[in-house]
Amino acid sequence: MPFKLLIVIPCYNEQDSLPALLAELKSLALPPAFSMDIAVVNDCSKDATVEVAKKHTDIVLDLPVNLGIGGAMQTGYLYAFQHGYDLAVQMDGDGQHPPYELHKLLQHWEATKASVVIGSRFIVKQGFQSSALRRTGIGYLHWLNKFFTGIHVYDSTSGFRLFDRKAIAIAAGNYPDEYPEPESIIIFAKAGLAVEEIPVAMRERQGGQSSIKQFAQLYYIVKVTIAMFFSFIRK
Amino acid sequence: MERIQIITIIANLFFLGYIGKLIIKGKLREEYAIVWLVITLFMAIFSFWRQGLEIVSRKFGVYDPPNLVFTGFIFLILIYLLHLSVANSKLQKSITSLTQEMALLKQQKEKEAQTDNA
Repeated sequence: MPFKLLIVIPCYNEQDSLPALLAELKSLALPPAFSMDIAVVNDCSKDATVEVAKKHTDIVLDLPVNLGIGGAMQTGYLYAFQHGYDLAVQMDGDGQHPPYELHKLLQHWEATKASVVIGSRFIVKQGFQSSALRRTGIGYLHWLNKFFTGIHVYDSTSGFRLFDRKAIAIAAGNYPDEYPEPESIIIFAKAGLAVEEIPVAMRERQGGQSSIKQFAQLYYIVKVTIAMFFSFIRK
Repeated sequence: MERIQIITIIANLFFLGYIGKLIIKGKLREEYAIVWLVITLFMAIFSFWRQGLEIVSRKFGVYDPPNLVFTGFIFLILIYLLHLSVANSKLQKSITSLTQEMALLKQQKEKEAQTDNA
């Protein structure tokens, strides 16, 4: 029995970048130990994301109300949980996470069986590195994560991550809806799951825009700090 | 009875009537109505009992009676706002679950339709 792997792609107005990403994913030669399905979660896009997605994949989860990235991701994890997938990988719809890096996550998981494997931009500095301001914020989050959990995660905002069955179960039940990535690390660490990080190369987004816009960056840091603190003290 | 007392009492009655109407029409849930009814009750007490505010202020050690009114109401409003935020958070959570469930069901239905056709 191969391991069942679900790629979850949360999308908001990604009709332009989605076809290339899905085509690239489908042409991927995975190790024989894995079988892959692709789920596109459409977070109430205003463009033709659903129609585009339906042409390329069978699993399209179409949210009737915009929930934000966390709510969309959780829908994917709920699907993975209900349909008995062994692994789920989040991959952004804008093409930032190159499919050819997927095998690195899978290899690392096969070798270590860590529950959460995060693909990081920063361990080895290659590929797209994002702006200086944003890197400062990410450095702060690294410090905060280390402070709360003792785990070193350099790229805690990275959405390119692999979950095993245990992590999927937790995320299906409780996943933050706004800016979920740093906070969820604390949730997993508190549940006693092994969280590991490996270097991957990322690309600059191929289309669409970041879910974190200029003015929202300060809000992002404040909100994530508060959310991480409360996730930490919550029983 | 002073003119201001009569005005407040009449305003109070209208307010009370309006709250009652909202509840009867199902536009206001009873749990939220409680706060509004209690506020109306307080206003009614002090519009009938004119010296009341001064007496109560002296009991609390407040020199200027209107200050007691402001402090009291600001406190009440803050508590109520907090209550509304809690109610709002709960609503948001419910909407998230509903939306996700709907997306999953929609997908399942489509898949079933596909297998039926095949």
